[in-house]
Order: sequence, then C-alpha cells, then structure tokens
Amino acid sequence: MFWALIFEAADVSETTRIDRRFAELKKAARPALMTFITAGDPDMETSLAIAKALPAAGADIIELGMPFSDPMADGPAIQAAGRRALKAGQTMVKTLEMVRAFRETDQDTPLVLMGYYNPIYIYGNDRFLADAKEAGIDGLIVVDLPPEEDEELCLPALKAGLNFIRLATPTTDDKRMPAVLRNTSGFVYYVSIAGITGTKAPDSMAVSEAVERIKRHTDLPVAVGFGVSKPEQAAAIGRNADGVVVGSALVRAVEATLDDENRATDRTVAAVTEVVEALAQGVRACRLMAAE
Amino acid sequence: MNIAQPNTYRAGPDETGRFGLFGGRFVAETLMPLILDLEAAYEAAKEDPEFQAELADLGKHYTGRPSPLYFAERLTTHLGGAKIYFKRDELNHTGSHKINNCLGQILLARRMGKTRIIAETGAGQHGVAAATVCARFGHPCVVYMGTTDVDRQKPNVFRMKLLGAEVHPVTSGAGTLKDALNEALRDWVANVENTFYIIGTAAGPHPYPAMVRDFQSVIGNEVREQLMEAEGRLPDALVAAIGGGSNAIGLFHPFLDDRDVAIYGVEAGGHGLDQVNGHAASMSGGSPGVLHGNRTYLLQDGDGQVLEGHSISAGLDYPGVGPEHSWLKDTGRVTYVPATDQEALEAFQLCTRLEGIIPALEPAHALAHVMKLAPTMAKDQIIVMNMCGRGDKDVFTVGDVLGVDL
Repeated sequence: MFWALIFEAADVSETTRIDRRFAELKKAARPALMTFITAGDPDMETSLAIAKALPAAGADIIELGMPFSDPMADGPAIQAAGRRALKAGQTMVKTLEMVRAFRETDQDTPLVLMGYYNPIYIYGNDRFLADAKEAGIDGLIVVDLPPEEDEELCLPALKAGLNFIRLATPTTDDKRMPAVLRNTSGFVYYVSIAGITGTKAPDSMAVSEAVERIKRHTDLPVAVGFGVSKPEQAAAIGRNADGVVVGSALVRAVEATLDDENRATDRTVAAVTEVVEALAQGVRACRLMAAE
Repeated sequence: MNIAQPNTYRAGPDETGRFGLFGGRFVAETLMPLILDLEAAYEAAKEDPEFQAELADLGKHYTGRPSPLYFAERLTTHLGGAKIYFKRDELNHTGSHKINNCLGQILLARRMGKTRIIAETGAGQHGVAAATVCARFGHPCVVYMGTTDVDRQKPNVFRMKLLGAEVHPVTSGAGTLKDALNEALRDWVANVENTFYIIGTAAGPHPYPAMVRDFQSVIGNEVREQLMEAEGRLPDALVAAIGGGSNAIGLFHPFLDDRDVAIYGVEAGGHGLDQVNGHAASMSGGSPGVLHGNRTYLLQDGDGQVLEGHSISAGLDYPGVGPEHSWLKDTGRVTYVPATDQEALEAFQLCTRLEGIIPALEPAHALAHVMKLAPTMAKDQIIVMNMCGRGDKDVFTVGDVLGVDL
C-alpha cells in the first residue's frame, strides 16, 4: 500500500513513451497496433532490421520477446522463434544492445520487453531494471509474475520508472480484477483466449464484452492479444479495444522466408512489414467501419 | 549457503507458498484463479475426516498399504556396517510410490468437479499411476511424455494406453520430463475450466509442493511406526533418491524435527558433476532460478536458460527439484549428494543378486549412496532407504548398457 501511494504520485509527473503514444492515439481516435517479434530471431542483425522497419509499416508499439528455453505460455510459432534466437546466440545482454541500437534512430516508438522471469532473475533484477531503462525500454510484460508475486519485480520496476503491464485473462473474474489492475501501468493486456499464443481465434463478441468489463475497473488503455492474426480480426477487436497485439503471425512470416538452415533471406524483413501494413490498414479502418 | 535454523522444519510453506527463498506461485494469470481455488479446496479436504478416510481406505485396499519395512540382511552383511532396511514402496499397486499422490489428487479433482485429467511423466511411473486412478474413477486422461522417454520406457507407454490414457509424445527440447511439464502446462492453460493437472512430484506452484508432500508423507509415517515395532527406536539415517523429490520428501518430512536422524537425498550424478549438462543434480550442481511455477535450484546457463540435464534414469532426469528440498539444503538439515549412472548400475545389480529385488534405476541411486554410507557406520546403527519403485520398466535400459540384446 505504501508503495502504491508513491507510484500514483510518481505517475503524474513521469510519463513513458507508452503513456504518450496512447494519448496521441486517443486524439486520433484509433487503436494502437502492437507488434511482437522475438529478439534475435532468426539472428540479431535481421531482427534489429525488422524492428527498425516496423514503425514505418504501421506499428505503434513494439513488443520484443526475450527468448527463453521454456516458454510455457507460447504456442508452436513463438516457441520455434525462441529456439532459433537462442541457437543464434541471443542473450539478455544482446537483447538490450538491440534496444540501444534501435533507439539510435527512433526516440518515439514505445518498446516493451516481454517474456518469462528466469532470464531477468539470473541477469539480476536491479541490474536488469537499470540497464533496460537506460537502453530505452518503456515497459515490461512478464508472463509468470502474477500480482501475488508483485514484490519480486513489479514494484521495483515501477520505482525505476518502467511500466509494468499486467495480463488479464478470461479466467480473471470481477472479484480478482482489482488485484490484477493494482500496480499495473501503461496499459492492460487482455489475453483474448484461455490458451497459449497463436493457437485459437478469439470470439470477437466475447472479447468486446471483456474489454468493456475491464474498462469498468480502470482508466488504463486495454490492448487485446494472443489469438489475433488477420486484419479483419484486428479491425473487429479494435472497435472497442485501445490496442491490438499481433505476434505469432509476424513470427510465422519470419519463419516462412528462412532458408533450409533457418538463416534469413532477402525476403525476411519485407515479409514481416507486409503483414504489418495489412494489419495497420485493418486497425486504422475499424473505427470508421464502426461509425458507418 | 547456510541460513538461520528454524525452531521446526515442518511448518512450511508460509501463506505465500514459500519455503524461505524457495517455492511461490510463478504462473500465468490464466492459471492463477485456479491455483487459488485448488489451495482452498485442498485446505478444506485436509481437514475433512471423510476425505482422509476415503484416501486411507483406497490406500489400504487398492494400493496395498502399509508397504512392508524389510530388513535387507544379505546386503547388510555384504556391506559390513549399519543395518539396512528397505521401505518397500515398489510393492504398491502400479509399482511405485506415485500412486499415493495420484489417489489424493484424483479425490481432490472430483471434489472440485473437474472431469478431465492431465499429467506429465518421465519414467512413466507417474503416468501409469495417473492413468490407473483415471481408469478406476472413470475420467479421461492425457499424459504428456517426452519422445526420448517414450523410446526408453516402452513398457510403461503401453501400460498407460491399456489403461485408457492418451499418451502425447512431446518433441520440444530434448524430449524429456521438463518438456513434458511445459506441454502439460500449455494444455492446462487452454482447458482450465474442466481440467485438473495431477503433478507427479513435490514441485510446481503452491500448493502442489505441500500437497504432494502431504500425500507422500504416508511413507515416513509408516516407517516411524514400523521401525519402532521392529527395533524400538528411530533410524540413524534416511536415504532416498531425488528427481523432483516426492518419494524423498514423503520419507523425510515426518523425521525433519528428529535432529539425531541424519538425512540424505541422492541426486542423479549422470556422467559426473564435472560434465557440463551431463548430470541432473540440480542442488549439487545448479543455482536458484524460477521454472514451472516455483523458485528452486535449477540446472541453467549464465543467461537463465534452463539446461536439459542427463541421467540414465528417466525419473531423475529433471533440471529442477521440489522447493522444500532447496530450502532443506540451504538450512543444512538434509545432505544432498550425487550418485553417477555407473554407481547406480552397480547398485542395481548388487541388490538384484543379493536381495532378489530388482530396483528401479531411481532408488538404485539411493542404494548407491547406502553402499558408501553403511560401511562407515556401526553395526548397531540403522539406515532406512526408500525402495520407491520396481525395476521391471528399466530392464531394457540396463540390458542396453550391459550390452545384452533383449
């Protein structure tokens, strides 16, 4: 409780790129397109090139996956991306180097690191928060840190000036929702299916109801992800969600262009940006469609 | 690392599921509400005499409890030191201690109204026990098993199928127990409404480590009574094999506050602790990390990527360990030692020839340490070792190593 009070006060004076981006998009009356790629997939140079190309293709916020040997919440596509990255030698140090390199040419696009706790814990929580902030990271999504474990990383991250973005899921009922939202900042990430990434397609009616339900509990933007892959889906969900997250579809686009030894080809970057351009059109058109 | 000694070693975990630094609830939000429901359901069941009576009745008439405490006379004479007793949990229905836990969890699943059961397995002993209780109570059962383990534990794979379970081979990673656990967790997240996950060892998110320990503590509680009857006193030493550590915590827990009882947990030393990724001794050769819902000792690299580990025993081939063991290691109450593949094989053969008992490769590791320990102790001292599984499933593996074509 003590910390919570301090952070509420701190939030007013210190906004992140994420807060600013959502404020801009609110004025533009459209949802954010949030794109996930795995850092270092299929190699660091290519994934940096993809990341740099994403904003021009229409990505409003970039989520960078920190590869982990045991991605328990991910489906086959993102599991494979993590394996490719690790095999190519990706480490936490290199992921942060990638972030610094991205920031050399882009000071505005919000960057969120997404992944699992152990690689952070082993890097050292305090060192990680300091280095991530310094490198230009704005927020963190750590799948296996529920509110019950807030003292591990969530509270220190807020104190370090990073957004800590929590996942709300179809199993998070109204009774539990306040616990999930307490200490959440930046935005709320609604996991649209009970399941792993990139496997089932969400029911857009059910998602729409869930977004309304979350909005009754918080003023934070609500982004939706975990089963969204097509522009039409993104458009449907973007009618009332503040952001749409697409991950597996991008990672599959990477995979489809690799050679027999999982090396990047000259098609790799363009394949991803083409998917993102189509999604961006869907997301930008959705509120117009809704108004008609 | 040594930490302050508690007044009792038997009070954990605390309300957040911690044993000191270890344990906790490091799971995705989708699972968290269910984990909290499970904790409440287990706390209620624990206090319910009807639940306990049903479990005890099944233990007696279905499993065959109490399992005997057997004086291994020829082995004792051969080693020339302390008297060696085996707790014969390999005589249980299904051939290992795993049934103790599966019966407890299936009764709990039914209380919670869950109809579909999933489980992970390494050696197949837990998979067989889970498939067995599902057949007994009429629930569909899906068992996740790494492809490497499917290959080296064929008899158990067929047994599970006969019992009506669906066995899903898992190809990710090295295709062993860790990968099977990941895949079971993915299934659980996707089917959380109707599915109960019967975890096979005293690991995973709270309340699993405490719950599995409680269901397995029948082993240690029986040993106390049986040894009082046989010898009129407590043992001088307890020895058990550690993979995730459920048979060991079941034997150890009732004795943790008897400070004169020395306790040894035996990890899989594989090709030797000096071999990188060549063993599965997470406490002797690992460091604290977070995997599968809890913080515990893990085999991992400097970047926090979890290693696969190696052991000749599919049941010990896991890069983590139950969090209570990690805490017992750091407090110094339990001594954890490795035994190599080679030492386990020698113990396997010695026990078979001298006692007419074919041990599973898992307790063969415990026996390897008994072979080192017994000769250093006086003849009037007593060791109790948990013979937690029978070796029928391992004859192909052992035949392979000994160069016998079956």
